[in-house]
Amino acid sequence: MSTTKFGEYGGQYVPEVLMPAIEELTDAYERYVLENEDGFMDEFRERLADFGGRPTPLQRADQLSERYDADVYLKREDLLHGGAHKLNNALGQVLLAKYMGKERIVAETGAGQHGTATAMAAAHLDMPCEIYMGRRDINRQRPNVFRMRLNGAEVVPVTVGRGTLKEAINETMREWATSVEDTHYVIGSIVGPHPFPRMVRDFQAVIGEEAREQIQDKAGRLPDSVVACAGGGSNTMGAFHEFVPDAEDGDTTLFAVEAGGEGLFVDEDEGVAPHSASLSSGDEGVLHGARTKLLQDADGQIVESHSVSSGLDYAGVGPELSYLVDEGHVTPVSVDDDAALEGFHRLSQVEGIIPALESAHAVAFLEQQLGPDGVPAGTAERDLGDVIVLNLSGRGDKDLESAIEETEKRDIDAAPDMGVFHE
Amino acid sequence: MSDIEKAIAGDEPSLVPYVTAGDPEPEATAEYVEALAAGGADVIELGMPFSEPIADGPTIQNAIQRALAAGTTPERFFEIVETLDVDVPLVCMTYYNLLYQYGDRKEGSDYERLRPFVRRAAEAGISGLIIPDLPVDESDPLREACDEFGVDLIFVVAPTTTDERLEAMRERVSGFVYVQARLGTTGAQADVSDATHESLARLAEWSVPKAVGFGVSEREHAEEIVATGADGVVAGSVFVDIVAEGDADEGTVAERLEAKAAELKAGALDGADERSGKVTDGAR
Repeated sequence: MSTTKFGEYGGQYVPEVLMPAIEELTDAYERYVLENEDGFMDEFRERLADFGGRPTPLQRADQLSERYDADVYLKREDLLHGGAHKLNNALGQVLLAKYMGKERIVAETGAGQHGTATAMAAAHLDMPCEIYMGRRDINRQRPNVFRMRLNGAEVVPVTVGRGTLKEAINETMREWATSVEDTHYVIGSIVGPHPFPRMVRDFQAVIGEEAREQIQDKAGRLPDSVVACAGGGSNTMGAFHEFVPDAEDGDTTLFAVEAGGEGLFVDEDEGVAPHSASLSSGDEGVLHGARTKLLQDADGQIVESHSVSSGLDYAGVGPELSYLVDEGHVTPVSVDDDAALEGFHRLSQVEGIIPALESAHAVAFLEQQLGPDGVPAGTAERDLGDVIVLNLSGRGDKDLESAIEETEKRDIDAAPDMGVFHE
Repeated sequence: MSDIEKAIAGDEPSLVPYVTAGDPEPEATAEYVEALAAGGADVIELGMPFSEPIADGPTIQNAIQRALAAGTTPERFFEIVETLDVDVPLVCMTYYNLLYQYGDRKEGSDYERLRPFVRRAAEAGISGLIIPDLPVDESDPLREACDEFGVDLIFVVAPTTTDERLEAMRERVSGFVYVQARLGTTGAQADVSDATHESLARLAEWSVPKAVGFGVSEREHAEEIVATGADGVVAGSVFVDIVAEGDADEGTVAERLEAKAAELKAGALDGADERSGKVTDGAR
């Protein structure tokens, strides 16, 4: 039996009514995913290839490499079907739900990428699907809301609290508690009660498996560093998992780039953190079924997080990442909203790739460390090195509306002339 | 036998109403709790507001948000409890993270981190705890702290709970066992599920008393639950709804809380009569 924890993190802190479903899911995870019973993993890999478009390329970014005087490789999860790494997990879980004989899918979504991927996977596998989404995120991510509807999913607005991912997760857990006998809840990241953090990681680990092979083909060696953005942490752990032994050996440094938002502090009076950097600045606690690092006040109330990227806007993080940070195998860093927007524009300009605002945080970290005006901070012993793999978790088409709005508020060097919108 | 056990397993069927402490403001709670006691409550369940109440439905979640907005911190909760002038045992219902973070200590074993909360709760006058997101498998550190300070630890049994988990709960539960009458989260419902009958049958041999909740809002629900064999009835959302409506033409919040408690208690008494009648019939 698989352990429910990573060190002290993880576990299964959920209402009793959900425990049987979690035990049933744990059993299914162990049999189908770990043991490949009934050829589950073979079918998953085949569908990832044919429907999803795997493997995704590992592309050398020539202009960025020249700018930083290093070999920068982009793992192009933005080229996966649906435009983000999220499909790996959504397809895995919807397929697993089928194998388990479930009749219906529910999911929650922040930026809409997970909701979109789940809606696509559910349509592909002919399963009815409902997606819970915060009202505020619905307004921030209209194209993704429309994509979910196009794929036949119901989108249910969640209006409590500030209407973001945290509230959507609460609401989906409630819905699951009511319908647990015939419904599977597709959690969108490496968060939640066991077995979700492990299972989602296993579905996403294909990113790092491919990247590790590809970089050895292309660069002839392991990378000095792997860089990925971290909200809940599914693309992060997906990219890192295969490299964790290399990190333990000291060959590769794993950088988890969090959303620094407007600054790394917590306003306890307002119950708000103007950032989403739970690995960098959170305290251990219990949220949404798992013990992990959280943004909370001194009493233990979970505070509202913030990021310019709604996909990173979450007060918790996967328990495995919390554990790996404590063990010294993953280095958490953060970049702020302004830098992420710069990264968004820079990659679009110099490489012809519009990154998701989430991934733009990872891009910005490179500029911060290696760019002409960069100020490398606190990572002297663990620098990026000469061969860098950056996980480009998704494409930025979904973010164009917020990118326009946020760019107009700022003075961004790499941005195009915004005057065109006012003529 | 603990105070809670005595209160629930007494001669007549018991009523366990719930309100969220601090809803809509900390100053209001004492009056509401006294009204519930006056209406016939045997044990009163007080919610300590937590920002992510995943086991509660929208009614109680909204109450929690009002209470948080009004400044109901865990410490303020204990201060409220200290001001209460009622002679029924009080149960605190809240979520694990608040216990875990209470006190200055931010490291150490779970038991060490939970101890300050349980000690403070006991000092303030709390007799039992319900922590819906703490599964029985993880509950030993809290059980130990509760034993140390004489606080009951109440577990929720769901219609889906496996026999194996039931056994684990049976070994650790004290005060009463909270039988969840149907799937889902808290919230007033139109009828009492058949699952109640089945759940009570599974718990028949347990030594602690059984109280059934989730969706209880009418006299008939209480009657049916007790007639089915429960020792007590738990009701939450119906009381929280009254608090949410505020003072109205039909009476103040306190008056209506008292009347609703009296109505449910009367239903429970009817259920007991029905049950003893049935037993008599069966004996003939």
